[in-house]
Amino acid sequence: MHDLAPLTALGGTAAREDAHGGVTLTENPGLALASVAARRGHEDACRSHLAALLEGPAPEAGKSRLHDPEAAFWTGPDQWIVGAPYATHEDLADQLMARFGATASITEQSDAWVCFDMRGAGVDAVMELCCNANLAALKTGDATRTSIHHLGCYVLRRDPVTHLRILGPRASAGSLHHALLTAMKSAL
Amino acid sequence: MTQMNRVAGGLIDRSKTLDFLFDGKRYQGHAGDTLASALLANGVRLMGRSFKYHRPRGPLTAGSEEPNALVELRGGARKEPNTRATTAELYDGLLAHSQNRWPSLKFDAMAVNDRFSNFLTAGFYYKTFMWPAAFWEKLYEPVIRHAAGLGSLSKREDPDVYDKGFRHCDLLIIGAGPAGLMAALTAGRAGKLVILADEDFAMGGRLNAETFTLAEAPASRWLSATLAELASLPNVRLMPRTTVIGAFDHGIYGAVERISDHLHTPDAGKPRQILWRIYTQQTLLCAGATERPIAFENNDRPGIMLASALRTYVNRYAATPARRVAIFTNNADGHRTAADLHARGITIAAVIDTRAQAPLSDKYQVLRGAQVVNTHGRLGLKFIDVALADGTVRTVECGALGISGGWNPNVHLTCHQRGRPVWDATLCAFIPGGALPDGMQVAGAANGAFSTHAALASGAQTAAHMLGVGAAEIPHAEDAPIEQTPFWVVEGAKRAWLDQQNDVTVKDVQLSHQEGFRSVEHLKRYTTLGMATDQGKTSNILGLAVMAELAGKAIPEVGTTIFRPPYTPTAIGAFGGRMRGREFHPTRLTPSHQWAVERGAVFVEVGNWLRAQWFPVAGETHWRQSVDREVRATRASVGVCDCTTLGKIDVQGADAATFLNKIYCNGFAKLAVGRVRYGLMLREDGIAMDDGTAARLADDHFVVTTTTANAARVYQHMEFVRQCLMPDADVHLISTTEAWAQYAVAGPNSRKLLQKIVDPAYDITNDGFPFMACADITVCGGLRARLFRISFSGELAFEIAVPSRYGDALMRRLMDAGAEFDVTPYGTEALGVMRIEKGHAAGNELNGTTTALNLGMGRMVSTAKDSIGSRLSTREGLTAPDALRQVGLRPLSKDDKITAGGHLMAASGPVDAAHDQGYVTSACYSPDMNSMIGLGFLKDGANRTGERLRLVSPLTDLTVEVEVVSPHFIDPQGDRVRA
Repeated sequence: MHDLAPLTALGGTAAREDAHGGVTLTENPGLALASVAARRGHEDACRSHLAALLEGPAPEAGKSRLHDPEAAFWTGPDQWIVGAPYATHEDLADQLMARFGATASITEQSDAWVCFDMRGAGVDAVMELCCNANLAALKTGDATRTSIHHLGCYVLRRDPVTHLRILGPRASAGSLHHALLTAMKSAL
Repeated sequence: MTQMNRVAGGLIDRSKTLDFLFDGKRYQGHAGDTLASALLANGVRLMGRSFKYHRPRGPLTAGSEEPNALVELRGGARKEPNTRATTAELYDGLLAHSQNRWPSLKFDAMAVNDRFSNFLTAGFYYKTFMWPAAFWEKLYEPVIRHAAGLGSLSKREDPDVYDKGFRHCDLLIIGAGPAGLMAALTAGRAGKLVILADEDFAMGGRLNAETFTLAEAPASRWLSATLAELASLPNVRLMPRTTVIGAFDHGIYGAVERISDHLHTPDAGKPRQILWRIYTQQTLLCAGATERPIAFENNDRPGIMLASALRTYVNRYAATPARRVAIFTNNADGHRTAADLHARGITIAAVIDTRAQAPLSDKYQVLRGAQVVNTHGRLGLKFIDVALADGTVRTVECGALGISGGWNPNVHLTCHQRGRPVWDATLCAFIPGGALPDGMQVAGAANGAFSTHAALASGAQTAAHMLGVGAAEIPHAEDAPIEQTPFWVVEGAKRAWLDQQNDVTVKDVQLSHQEGFRSVEHLKRYTTLGMATDQGKTSNILGLAVMAELAGKAIPEVGTTIFRPPYTPTAIGAFGGRMRGREFHPTRLTPSHQWAVERGAVFVEVGNWLRAQWFPVAGETHWRQSVDREVRATRASVGVCDCTTLGKIDVQGADAATFLNKIYCNGFAKLAVGRVRYGLMLREDGIAMDDGTAARLADDHFVVTTTTANAARVYQHMEFVRQCLMPDADVHLISTTEAWAQYAVAGPNSRKLLQKIVDPAYDITNDGFPFMACADITVCGGLRARLFRISFSGELAFEIAVPSRYGDALMRRLMDAGAEFDVTPYGTEALGVMRIEKGHAAGNELNGTTTALNLGMGRMVSTAKDSIGSRLSTREGLTAPDALRQVGLRPLSKDDKITAGGHLMAASGPVDAAHDQGYVTSACYSPDMNSMIGLGFLKDGANRTGERLRLVSPLTDLTVEVEVVSPHFIDPQGDRVRA
């Protein structure tokens, strides 16, 4: 076991949490991520592996499959991001490579992203100041690519009205956090 | 005496008295007032001076179309010039100043301009200030700018913040008057997602300003009930204080919501305004109509205003500009104003109606077939001269005059995508026509439905038709017939103002016609008619009418001007939103950033990245001391540099090698697993695009690195090739730049240092891990990592990568483990020095004009395969025998400077472009060479080693003798990197 201590994307030893107006913004470092892209000619096999992993069909465009311990959302034709708890799946990419074999290209993405969980009754009011996602049309399990503060992000709705998950580029975690927090203070 | 002209009734809240200051004098008003209504209530009619002639002016309107009553609102850094007093909501402590006057509003020295009006006609600037040309910028323009204009900026940073946001709906309704409200009821009850936006702080439109009934009860009762119902519908969003400023492509509308403009200062964290981008399936424009004036001599005095505005001030704001008022009208609506004012106890001096058969009144005198021909009163209206039907002139005393020339539909937003309104001969007005923005329809007065009943019905029915639902029940309302006859200008009037904001008179239009500027677009630009901040909302039609009469044409034959966004003036801050100052763009931090901050690093912006530039230590007072030390220490022992910022692109798939063969000009198909190769990427035109390395981690898996600056561009290019040029290839790309913290560990002791970090199972000796090797390894007892033996510094060097979350810890570990080797962190400056010393090309050399041949890498362009740019790189123009080649340069005198950007000339002879031999791209002080050195491009440079040249920079007055040398100043054989 190595002895290097991790930092969160915001540079802390513990996840940062902010609250304002009944909404909490929580940095979530406990997410392992890997991209899965079906190899040409192996699309069906890849989908089958993903379906088996998720115990349900592979998500279609704009959708995610909320499932434990692995979940996934669509990122492009025959492409997905798979997520799982970091504590148990730090080697998620290796696990997926073992499962998918030559049917998919798998790339570790855990530290490519910062993950924020925004919870509370006012999350939509906050996010409408941040991105052009149609929040009223975003149902539980929907996942959309959008731009927040000029940063390419994914926004996932985790429950009907109170929980959005935002994935943004890790190196800009501070800027993204600032944008979300100021929007909270503005909207709520 | 306060509020001397406050009358009974109105919608103001008399229980809330508000103090405010105008030009230093304290007044009181009430909640629900605007600044203009409060000033009128206090007997203040004079609120500003005109743009050019500095004529005294008061409000012409009661809304956003106001041309005259512009003030500087608030003070200090919050000062906002050109704010319309007619829309500025009153709040306690409001501070306002009149503008464009000196020394005071009542005595304005610049009013002398009015006496020289014969010289200040249309085209005055074009004709007068022609000579001498040099005077324009330094004399004429400053003087004119001082004498003419509007308010002034504080020139201080705006302390408030602005937001931008995004909203979506099925139906956007613009305007919450009778038509908009009925449309919202119709759509809202049908369950559609509705946004109802209105620029006013009180929704209701003209319903707030009228006294008639709706549904057999006061209109206010129906209005309250309707707004309450709409507010209760979860699918309806009411947006008061929101001006829809533009109709853009694909059903997107811009809207400015004034969140805090009605407050003294915004609440903490709250924006002053939000610029909304509204995405809508359909749009219903219910923007109402604007009453149009009639032009007559001296029609601009304070107290002269639109009759509907007069009615609004009295009915809504309980304020009148005077106790004795006259009305000048050509239609029935003027009589409605007279009746309403009379009912409030205001004396109606006369109703002057141009129509011979105008209805009479038993409450006040009506002068049929009469016209106002002149007015009197220096700072405010006192008398009007009325030409009666029998030709005699009667002077009538009055403090205010309401003018009604009919109504014009507010077609502005229908024009934002080049739609041109059409002339309605019945209404004598332009109505929406031509191609409206996709998904837009128009209802209510904006579409020419002027009676209340017609507006209500139009809103409900149009919304129902658009959405395919049933229309809401229409309440009973007045439905008086509309008769609008053309009457634009009183005959013989000269100094009759058409555009009061830009001081354009009838005489100016006549001059424009006389001098040949007759097209509507020429008229506009020659006279500036309609070009002010009000976009001619009250003036355009009069200008067209005058021009039509002069040209002997009908108004539609003269043409129409169209309107552009924004509908009303919009603060630049609203467009900027939160993206200003440090937040102008997002910042990217490297995994070692926190550690670097602790080390006192000096940072530099590289794109969005913040990179450590150098790490000063105690005693160093100049950056060169730090950089020289870092270079020497690295070459002497070992240095560490965060190179996470280099683009990293994961390339996977059965065709990954084929793909790389396509994008790089050199071969990659045969690169062995576990090896790295330098790659040069060309553009389609054969010019070098970017360079980097590709490491083969498996048969079907590469990691490509790019330069920091070009990372996104290269990724974009690679995606283009993948999707468009090689759509059948099995290859996938994904950026991993931020996923891995990557550090260069360089110097003769780099291996020794890494051997303390890398787990023992991995052999990184020269035999086990030779130059250009790569591998997946583990470090520090099992952490997954990647190791590359590549060198940018020219030393024995490695790049080691770990997941980003461990980057900080790894850097600290490297420093601890390297203590015995005096390990030194180095920044981008030392990195740059070492790569110049080694002769490695970077952004300065890959500058968008250079080829592989120029860079000395011509032979890398493989002829054994097809790659992007390889064919065009052999073009005749790019392969001339004396083509530029990269060379090294050193000064003959070691103390001389070499500067990037300087040009190379022969040792003697002319110094000019015709004799240019090349140029310097990079220069630095080399601790290794103990002098400055440079890289540059020189004609036929490969064959000119040892030649002496002059390096000249006429801009910096530099002439230095230099010698052409190898670009590899250190270790030209590459022994160090292979050690």
